[in-house]
Amino acid sequence: MPAFVDIHDVTHVYARAEDGAPAVQGLDLRVQEGEFAAIVGPSGCGKSTLMKLATGLQFPKQGTVIVDGQQVGAPVKLAGMAFQNPTMLPWRTTLDNILLPLEIVEPHRSRLKRHKAEYVAKAQALLAQVGLRGQGEKFPWQLSGGMQQRASLCRALIHEPKLLMLDEPFGALDAFTREELWCVIRDLHAAQKFTVILVTHDLREATFLADRIFCMSARPGRIVAEREVSFPRPRDLEITYTPEFSAVVHDLRGHIAHARSAA
Amino acid sequence: MTVTKRSLMLAPWIFTIGFFALWEIVCRVFGVSSFVLPAPSTILAAIWEYRSQLTYHAFFTLWMTLAGFGLAVVFGLLLGMMLGSSRLINAGTYPLLVGFNSIPKVAVVPILVFWFGVGWVPPVMTAFLISFFPIVVNVATGISTVEPEMEDVLRALGASKRDIVMKVGLPRAMPYFFGSLKVAITLAYVGSVIGEQNASNVGIGNLLTRASAAFEVPLVWAALVVLAILGVIMYAITAAIEQSMTGWAQRSQMAA
Repeated sequence: MPAFVDIHDVTHVYARAEDGAPAVQGLDLRVQEGEFAAIVGPSGCGKSTLMKLATGLQFPKQGTVIVDGQQVGAPVKLAGMAFQNPTMLPWRTTLDNILLPLEIVEPHRSRLKRHKAEYVAKAQALLAQVGLRGQGEKFPWQLSGGMQQRASLCRALIHEPKLLMLDEPFGALDAFTREELWCVIRDLHAAQKFTVILVTHDLREATFLADRIFCMSARPGRIVAEREVSFPRPRDLEITYTPEFSAVVHDLRGHIAHARSAA
Repeated sequence: MTVTKRSLMLAPWIFTIGFFALWEIVCRVFGVSSFVLPAPSTILAAIWEYRSQLTYHAFFTLWMTLAGFGLAVVFGLLLGMMLGSSRLINAGTYPLLVGFNSIPKVAVVPILVFWFGVGWVPPVMTAFLISFFPIVVNVATGISTVEPEMEDVLRALGASKRDIVMKVGLPRAMPYFFGSLKVAITLAYVGSVIGEQNASNVGIGNLLTRASAAFEVPLVWAALVVLAILGVIMYAITAAIEQSMTGWAQRSQMAA
């Protein structure tokens, strides 16, 4: 079965890089459809570059990026994105923020005006799923950081993307809120079966959520280790306290430490 | 000492009245000649005496200022959008813009007279030329500082540059835009008065020129006071519009 996201021997140099040093070099990774993949690595290893390559915001200098059977040569349009910064627009209500992608992406863009009620109902259902029932009329700045991040997940999912890209989405949250949001994203993934690529620094987060974890080396980034995480689903937060779980985290930590010292 | 809401409300009135009271006292105690510095009471009497003349000219100043200001808003928004959405245009035109803005506009008035003759055009054009720059700079800044993540979210969905400017850049630039209007309206006002002084036969600026040539000192001061009052009113209206249009920016900062 061909992979849903297939990044093959990719080297990428940013046009604005003064030293001409590549951000990633010889990058190789495959993620199956419906799989939850996590990418961990030392800071500055080119994880964000990988995100941009997979969504068609940047094109590789060498190698190929294939998403959903097509070589990426333009923004992919089937991806939803969420970042550490929730980037809600303060002049729109939370609901209108969530509807924003529909004003951009076809076929919703041309349907939105006439089928507004249908889309609003969908956004409200999503809000309820992430634990923000009835909060749509509030402005983002009236919500806490964790609530904004939940809303940001709704915005990433409103157009039913086949691929969800998460760039350290829970990095700025406190530990309890972070664990709550792990469960939110776990349940959304279980319910909607989209493919996820999660970039994170948090090894416990990667181990708890992902089916497959890729460790990246320091810049120029490439994959130095790949491992499957076979804990059965649905996973409970309790598993994070088992010895098996700790063993996985410990093993990953070894790879990262090695990647850091090699830099 | 805690500052209460009420004392904040009263402060502008108390300070303004206190300023004029002090002025009046100084003039009376030291017997300052009204040729050098008329007392506020003398100026007030002059305003009353010349009220029809002042109203007539103030009306011209007002519409010329607003016409120039309106032109500056339209032109400033358009140019600001262009500069904000293209780094190339921004880099290319900035030296020209800054250079142009550095020219004292009073020096441009004679050129305007060559082109358009004496009349309503030079004051309106001067008001426009002097006031569009802050609008351009602010709108461009607001648009060009859209968060890169936000841009990525939308671009990954296939948003065009235009989509991003219309959905995010322009609304985001609104607080900058309305902030710049407060600067622009006072500049436009200065511009129209300069234009009137040099190239018009109506307007408070023109009245000022004629009154000073005839050494009618109280009338000169009366005209200045009328100018100041009009300026405060126009500023207040612009500030109120800003408040009502971009309340979200102030509230979201308070929440943060």
